[in-house]
Amino acid sequence: MIYVIKLLHLPQLSWRFIPVWHRNYLVWKKLASPAILGNLADPMLYMLGLGYGLGSLLPDVGGMPYLTFLAAGTVAYSTMNAATFEVLYSSFSRMHVQRTWDAIMNAPLTLDDVMLGELTWAVTKSLLSGLAILAVIWGLGLFGNFWMTLWIIPVVAMVGFCFGGMGLVMNAVSPSYDFFLYYFSLVITPMVLLCGVFFPVTQLPEVVQSVSAWLPLTHAIDLVRPLVVGNVPDNIALHVAALLVYGSLGYVIALALTRRRLLK
Amino acid sequence: MLKVRGLTKKYGDTEVLRGLDLTVRRGECFGLLGPNGAGKTTTLRLLLGLIEPDSGSIELAGFSVPKHAREARMKVGVVPQMDNLDPDFSVRENLFAYGRYFGMEKSAIAARVPHLLEFAGLAHKADAKITQLSGGMKRRLTLARALVHDPDILFLDEPTTGLDPQARHLIWQGLRQLIADGKTIVLTTHFMDEAERLTDRLAILDHGCLVAEGAPRALIESHIEPVVVEVFGEGLADWTRNHAASLCQRFETVGETLFCYNSNADTVIEALKHAPTLRYLHRPSSLEDVFLKLTGRDLRD
Repeated sequence: MIYVIKLLHLPQLSWRFIPVWHRNYLVWKKLASPAILGNLADPMLYMLGLGYGLGSLLPDVGGMPYLTFLAAGTVAYSTMNAATFEVLYSSFSRMHVQRTWDAIMNAPLTLDDVMLGELTWAVTKSLLSGLAILAVIWGLGLFGNFWMTLWIIPVVAMVGFCFGGMGLVMNAVSPSYDFFLYYFSLVITPMVLLCGVFFPVTQLPEVVQSVSAWLPLTHAIDLVRPLVVGNVPDNIALHVAALLVYGSLGYVIALALTRRRLLK
Repeated sequence: MLKVRGLTKKYGDTEVLRGLDLTVRRGECFGLLGPNGAGKTTTLRLLLGLIEPDSGSIELAGFSVPKHAREARMKVGVVPQMDNLDPDFSVRENLFAYGRYFGMEKSAIAARVPHLLEFAGLAHKADAKITQLSGGMKRRLTLARALVHDPDILFLDEPTTGLDPQARHLIWQGLRQLIADGKTIVLTTHFMDEAERLTDRLAILDHGCLVAEGAPRALIESHIEPVVVEVFGEGLADWTRNHAASLCQRFETVGETLFCYNSNADTVIEALKHAPTLRYLHRPSSLEDVFLKLTGRDLRD
């Protein structure tokens, strides 16, 4: 118990995380166009394919055309995926395979700095993903009030922070890339189906709905969807707090676990 | 430059360090020797403040570690045992990226890079990918990277392990140049010739404490007889039984070789002339003999 408390100290944040962010940015820039295409084509195709194909068969869903409903869900969903992939596969390569983190920690950076750099980079990647979907929403005129949709940008950053922090925990405990499949199968995919990306949560049995209410993606979608159609979301403070708490707890726990993994 | 007192570190029930004392003076090249598992790498990680000691004090470049590890690390360059160059960057970009971790301005790094590339003999490879470099080139780049912020002191963890002889000599040449420039160097190695060639002073670490410390020549003189005759061949067992005790001041049999330590080898060599089936090698004693005497000949895995 004392051991756990000792490991779970508050992160000591410093500006030294910026070169870590900068490093990831420079590497990303080298391969930016294929990376953007790969990251964005997939959610966009699903959204447009299902939105038009399935949407033409459906009446209004949740009080809006199905394409709009799906577009709002896709913003949250692709943001979640971008952050998750970054801190799982890419961070794991840098930490475990390339030993880049070890090299950085011989400079005056701590693990806290390195992981904050990784987390802020994951937020950046998720912003790119979320903004791309938002651009499609603007382009197709799927929104209610343009100025209202600008609030989606900070929401996307918070969703990236939330799933970046959570994913770093997986990164800390994973022995290999294969392990991440469990996280996708047991956490991410159920969340996509339970949190109202493709259909309203109210279609689910009540027991499942009460589970869904605790999941971070639900909070993300509860913020994004009203903003797309031009309404002020309900319970803003609750949703924002949920995203920030999940992300912060993830970061702090990941920090303790990674410290045990690398610095023993 | 470095002062360590009473350093201890335990992992579970294993005591990795049991009261280590070290002093390294400015401008000195100091070697830390020891068998595998003696605690060399743990010591370096403690000195950098990457892990916390259970007790003891460390003062590095004027800063108390781990409390002021960040400040101390600003003054230290590290060449780790395993290459961890950034494979996503070219040779030149690796130097720039590393400089930024020290908070250096781009212009300040740019001013140093040509010199560092030249020092590493990699000016012609500045834009090469890391995967295109040989083992020796990677080590040289790692050494250059450790110098990007012009540190006062360098830590090298087995800098020439896994390199071919040509590549080792190039690293040694680089290190001698750094010593001449007045840098302080702390290196771990288990190559005795490397330690003998480079270090002013060295310490032998075993089971978590120092078993000897001093200049290489002084250690040889104080711990061991000046010459060794290694005897091997058919009939060694009989010869050892009959003659070793009377002819050698001290002897040891390891596998199929008899090590006969003496201040003068003449009588042994004279006696060996009457044993035509035996072959021998007569040589001055070296640091390796001291090392093996102090740490034993058992394999450490």
